[in-house]
Amino acid sequence: MGKWPKPAEGSWTEHYPELGIGPVSFRDSTSPEFYELEREAVFKRAWLNVGRVEEVPRVGSYFTKQIDAAKSSVIVVKGKDDKIRAFYNICRHRGNKLVWNDFPNEDVKGTCRQFTCKYHAWRYDLEGSLKFVQQPAEFFDLDTSAYGLAPVHCDTWNGFIFINFDPEPRWSLREFLGPMITALDDYPFDKMTERYDFIAHNNSNWKIFADAFQEYYHVPSLHSQQVPSAVRQPNATFECGHFRIDGPHRLVSTAGTRRWLLDPEYMYPVERATRSGLVGPWRTPETHFSAGLNPGGIEPWGITNFQIFPNLEILIYHGWYLLYRYWPTSHNTHKFEAYNAFHPARTVRERIEHEVASVVLKEFALQDAGMLGGTQAALEYDVVDDFPLNDQEILVRHLHKVAVDWVEEYKNERSPVGV
Amino acid sequence: MIVTESRLPSAFAEFEPYAEKWCLETETQRWDARLTTPMPEIRDFYDAFTPRFEEAIDYCDKFPLDDLPEDVLNLLHLIYSMIMLSMAVEIFGTQKPADSADAELHRVNAPVP
Repeated sequence: MGKWPKPAEGSWTEHYPELGIGPVSFRDSTSPEFYELEREAVFKRAWLNVGRVEEVPRVGSYFTKQIDAAKSSVIVVKGKDDKIRAFYNICRHRGNKLVWNDFPNEDVKGTCRQFTCKYHAWRYDLEGSLKFVQQPAEFFDLDTSAYGLAPVHCDTWNGFIFINFDPEPRWSLREFLGPMITALDDYPFDKMTERYDFIAHNNSNWKIFADAFQEYYHVPSLHSQQVPSAVRQPNATFECGHFRIDGPHRLVSTAGTRRWLLDPEYMYPVERATRSGLVGPWRTPETHFSAGLNPGGIEPWGITNFQIFPNLEILIYHGWYLLYRYWPTSHNTHKFEAYNAFHPARTVRERIEHEVASVVLKEFALQDAGMLGGTQAALEYDVVDDFPLNDQEILVRHLHKVAVDWVEEYKNERSPVGV
Repeated sequence: MIVTESRLPSAFAEFEPYAEKWCLETETQRWDARLTTPMPEIRDFYDAFTPRFEEAIDYCDKFPLDDLPEDVLNLLHLIYSMIMLSMAVEIFGTQKPADSADAELHRVNAPVP
């Protein structure tokens, strides 16, 4: 008998019968062919989070985002009307990448009044209109109004900027996010603007790394060091309090005794000295509540981890959050972006608390990332392809199923049955 | 006569011998120093700083975060190194996190100080 009650069906997985309970295939993470389909079926159809509104604070603030999965770069910019827009990062004249510095594959950010192409000095305003052409009389009936920047659909939810490469997105952003995610409408992400940003280039399919953060079954073994050795239990287990699936998205909540309420031997000395650690600052300015934060009513609530399809994870703790994005760069590599976000520190002590949480995060994220090369290499043997997943791994099962379903739907649309 | 410039507040003068190596401004510098310093040397600094770790935090905390005098800023950087090295000493017993294999994770942006 587990610690947390399971749904009436007897397991979380059976509560969602479309998931099945059989072994799963990970060919979706090793096949170059599947990846080519996934680019079209997933990354050119889903809404993708590329940043936060705080990253474009003023009129003319912009950043570029290279998205290999879509074979594109986009410019995200705040216009004179304060609206945030996205454009393909290409000059309409001769196809030069419009905004970049010395290295075309490196993203840039800044503030400007207009975008000027380095090649022939065509200029575009912040709303994407073509405003200046050198020697216009040399052209042949050039209609400048027809040569504005090519737009990419762009919308924001609760301060998160999303883009969609589909010429006609199948859903509005809110429809896509659905009720489970938009239940966080009132969660004050805008208060947590002090960020520690990380980047890694990992040798695995993007889903394999996402998997590491959507199950906690691995925590007692891979991350045994999360508790000091003196109090470590050799047969420690981990059970999550609540799982939920809504469309392509999923969440998991875990309980958490506030670490500092435990006996001192359950903490590392650095945690006691700094009053911060693995689960963040002990005293946060406040714990925020939102109807969507703890849908399973877990008490004492520890964290809720929102996995927003395809490649975004927002992990909310008491008064701070963590965000991960997994950007595929090939069928077996990806670029990983992560940040911790806190209330801006008011004192040196608060800043130290944030530093500790950010240092500890890296230690344990490196353990997760350390598994990737080995997992990817072994999956690519392609000799075993029926992997048994347990009930604690329901979200792993769901991510791979959704990715395969979206690819199947895409294939079916392109070659209808009977043709 | 050799004049040694003091980096730290006088109340923490005993840590001057560690200041040149461990008063490091960025996480990248602290991470690199941790991975390239032998464990005995790491433990030496850790053991020396441990008794006054909390006191050093309280000392820095008396100053406004956005206007730290240079010696206090150096002490804060020493505290940051202590945090970094605590991971090696307290959690893993080695410079590198256990099982991290060839993984890398680069901190590319953080608040200052």
